[in-house]
Amino acid sequence: MDLERLEPAGPWTWRVRRESGAARAEAILYGDGGLLRTMDNKVLEQLTNVARLPGLVGPALAMPDAHWGYGFPIGGVAAFDPERGGIISAGGVGFDISCGIRCLRTNLASEQIAPLAPKLADGLYRDIPAGVGVEGDLRLSAGELDAVLLGGARWAVQRGFGKDSELEYVEEHGRIAGARPENVSALAKKRQRGEMGTLGSGNHYLEVQVVERIHNGAAAEAYGLRTGQIIVSIHCGSRGLGHQIGTEFLITLAKAAGRLGIDLPDRELACAPVRSPEGEQYIGAMNAAINCALANRQILAHLTRRTFAHFFPGARLETLFDVSHNTCKPERHETNGKSRLLWVHRKGATRALAPGHPGLPQRYRDAGQPVVIGGSMGTGSYVLAGMDSSEARAWGSASHGAGRAMSRHQALKQWQGRQLVDALRERGILVRTRSMRGVAEEAPGAYKDVDRVAEATEGAGLASRVAFLRPLVCVKG
Amino acid sequence: MAAPVKTSQREDRAGGFAYFHHDADVGIIGRGATVERAFESAAEAAFAVTADPRSLRETQEVSVSFVEDDLELALPQWLNALIGAARERGMALRRFALSREGSRWIGRAWGEPWRADMERGTEVKGATLTMLSVRRSGGGWEARCVVDV
Repeated sequence: MDLERLEPAGPWTWRVRRESGAARAEAILYGDGGLLRTMDNKVLEQLTNVARLPGLVGPALAMPDAHWGYGFPIGGVAAFDPERGGIISAGGVGFDISCGIRCLRTNLASEQIAPLAPKLADGLYRDIPAGVGVEGDLRLSAGELDAVLLGGARWAVQRGFGKDSELEYVEEHGRIAGARPENVSALAKKRQRGEMGTLGSGNHYLEVQVVERIHNGAAAEAYGLRTGQIIVSIHCGSRGLGHQIGTEFLITLAKAAGRLGIDLPDRELACAPVRSPEGEQYIGAMNAAINCALANRQILAHLTRRTFAHFFPGARLETLFDVSHNTCKPERHETNGKSRLLWVHRKGATRALAPGHPGLPQRYRDAGQPVVIGGSMGTGSYVLAGMDSSEARAWGSASHGAGRAMSRHQALKQWQGRQLVDALRERGILVRTRSMRGVAEEAPGAYKDVDRVAEATEGAGLASRVAFLRPLVCVKG
Repeated sequence: MAAPVKTSQREDRAGGFAYFHHDADVGIIGRGATVERAFESAAEAAFAVTADPRSLRETQEVSVSFVEDDLELALPQWLNALIGAARERGMALRRFALSREGSRWIGRAWGEPWRADMERGTEVKGATLTMLSVRRSGGGWEARCVVDV
């Protein structure tokens, strides 16, 4: 990225310089010069496009892991006021609606896992449906699928996938209100028939990790984390149903925007006012997809527990937290001393509630919301905690991952999947996959330095580091 | 290993497919003597991301159709119709045919159901409107967009 187009606006904070006469709101990027230089100039272009959308409140924001996406940059956050014509954008949510991470803490230590790690890796690879074209065992009737879309993770718990008590640690307590299954097309529902309880492919994964470092003892204690402890992270979303909703509404909203006279600087920003028939229809379908994703991760957590129980009969896998990072939600935020209901888009960004927020479970009330920055399979991930300043800085949002530093195309030219798997094995990281191409595309070197992203996330006042997780086993789609 | 990321070397007709740079996802390019042929090539590019077409057999056929006046929007409509049909039937696709009657587009595709021993590529979630362009190029047509993976 060309830093000449930015001006410093505080610690770890950069403002996009306005061209004279440009009619748009502010655009802010968080990070340091090193991270920003690795970003494509398209991130700037996309962010300034977002800043031109109707009803935007405050600046358009890019998290430290931002990279060139479609419509919004990945790592983009923007809030819109429906009272001022604020919009909802399908491109601002993405195709993998409510893609997110379920993080499970265990009562196991790394030395217990080590002797059985290869067998555990094989077991997880066998039991967790992963990869393009791979379906799960669960087959749902049309009525049952509608119940999933209304009930989310709560539906899954009622079906025996996990316990009621863990729903407190899932965003929205496992179920978002306002889902309208009738707004979801028949094809979207058909696509989901065999895909409940599946991981998918691309950057989706299931990782067994060990807590290698604690950065914040008090928050780690609240989260139940200690050095040497085994953690499981599951990264996936709403699968075919969400993808189909995204593709259908992208076209619907692109046409609606034209009809409603919304000047789209990029057609991918397809949107409609929150308070319009098209906007309301998308919101109902998007919420159904959010519930689908919450249920999917709940089922996968259950399948993971079953596999662990086979190898470690006394193992307990408890939900640390479940966060989504492709959503748009109505939230109350304070602006100019007034509480307003805003629709906050987080495209590849995680909610990060500050300590004391009433939406947090009692156990985490003093520490803040757990935030997970998922890194590459060769480096590691961070657990962080929402900070007091995250509300004012980014509507209570933070980074969601390391962020790509290189395209898949470039990664394929540079690495071979088999060689990467062998090299990672030498470093004690066991990869199980159906796609060597996928491994090459997801090569650790194709991602930004996760340490710098986490440091910048903390430096920018978005979320503070609590623990670093090193991967031991990675199941890739 | 799925299909290499480079311009295809098909000799059966002018055109072919290629990829262009995009940070998070995959930029696809389809070229052909007509819009329909360019769209067919774009579909080859998109589906070669999910499985090596050289490893696939043509045991089943799927049909799709849609109505679209906007030439540019017709490209994601075509690709998304194929992606939806392939996912609904659990298939990997390798060959495509598209025709048009006014604003009604009618397509067919051939491939086979996923087999357990198939080497998998990366799932294409859908075609986006990013970098979307359908234009005349060098006496033929070129269609491009970014697909989300």
